Amino acid sequence: MPDPTPPAVEAIALERRFGPVAALRGVTLAVGAGEVVLLLGPNGAGKSTLLRCLAGLARPTRGTVRVGGVDLARDPSARGVIGMLSHAAMVYDDLTPRENLRFAAALHEIQDPAERIDAALRAASLEEHADRPVRGFSRGMLQRLALARATLHAPDVLLLDEPFTGLDARATEALRGRVADERQRGRVQICVTHDPAELWGVATRVVVLVAGRVVHDAPRAESLDAFRAMYSELVA
Amino acid sequence: MSTWKPALAIAAKDLTIEWRNRTALLTATVFAILVLLIFVFARDPGVIALPVLAPAVLWVALALASLVALNRAFLLEREHAALDGILLSPAPRAALFWGKWLANLCFVLVVQAVAFPLWILFFNVPPSGALVLVAGVAILTAIGFTAVGTVLAAMAVRTRFAELLLPVLLLPFMLPPVFFAAQLTTRLLAGRPADELWGWIRLLSLYDVVFLAVATLLFPVVVEE
Repeated sequence: MPDPTPPAVEAIALERRFGPVAALRGVTLAVGAGEVVLLLGPNGAGKSTLLRCLAGLARPTRGTVRVGGVDLARDPSARGVIGMLSHAAMVYDDLTPRENLRFAAALHEIQDPAERIDAALRAASLEEHADRPVRGFSRGMLQRLALARATLHAPDVLLLDEPFTGLDARATEALRGRVADERQRGRVQICVTHDPAELWGVATRVVVLVAGRVVHDAPRAESLDAFRAMYSELVA
Repeated sequence: MSTWKPALAIAAKDLTIEWRNRTALLTATVFAILVLLIFVFARDPGVIALPVLAPAVLWVALALASLVALNRAFLLEREHAALDGILLSPAPRAALFWGKWLANLCFVLVVQAVAFPLWILFFNVPPSGALVLVAGVAILTAIGFTAVGTVLAAMAVRTRFAELLLPVLLLPFMLPPVFFAAQLTTRLLAGRPADELWGWIRLLSLYDVVFLAVATLLFPVVVEE
């Protein structure tokens, strides 16, 4: 009997072109609840483009993105279950962290968001800076605020694009713990990274993109060293 | 997902940011004042009387100052890719348009509110009830061209030369409402009868309705990557 639960995120024959350049060439990927997918590949492989297509930020040239079984192109409100942490923090310098989160809560129509905002600020260790403008924040503080913003609405699907950029050792460990917690809660997490060691322990699956194509899609191997050897051959 | 709640949140956010730094507001207001002054000093007093020039100058100053105001609408979304944060939310794309339009309209009206009394002062416009009606024309004019400006600013912001591109794109669309408004202002200040005004008011209103509708329909396509 077929499984009635659709994958949490599904990319079907996804293509994305920028003029003559094909960034994605027929990517098909289905990720189920509780999976932590490491998305690896060399520069220009299409990793960030794939995340942007999955988030509904970029429209695929061909193919379909489904979130919880819903076609994102037909029902954009499905974006409500997606959270994304990208290279940029997606916050406003002239607003405080609290105001930035309040704005995000309003966009997601979160009812009585004050408590949730306080909790998010605590989790990001930004309580002391909650009411001063973001301008002047360090890269690490911005990244923590960006993560708080991305997860404020408790998304089922979390897309992480180089999430460890700019984080110090303590914040890196905290984020790793956060990913493990979210996995326990059954959230889907797809993480683009250049260093698989950052999340090797909590990842469940590894996907490698090269020149816009999936060249490897398998459960995480036990040995990172063995994977590294294989990865070098894949991207060579 | 409603349209108005996120739209109001976007407008409130834009106005809060503008109120905090006031850079664009001050720039646009000073710009409007400078344009008014340039016309005062550039005219030959023996050839052109100030009241004759007044209606045209008002609309040149307001149109150009509004361009400065509209330019900032999406530039503040470029920092830290904040626009992506809005586009990631389930809020309809139309909510982004209405929120931005509302903030732009408030912004342009504030610039107009500062420039208007200075125009009266610099151009010796006699105080009369007609000035209230001219202020009404200013509001009616701003509604339409801020709608077009909001869409074009969203288009221009994705380019490298957004500040330069917006005036080139927007000025042709500003010509009709500026022309209608200048005609109305001339007739109002001359105390012409109401039947001479209705045609121009209808044209301005039609411009507003058509371009608000077109902008609402086009905007979701414009912000898609």
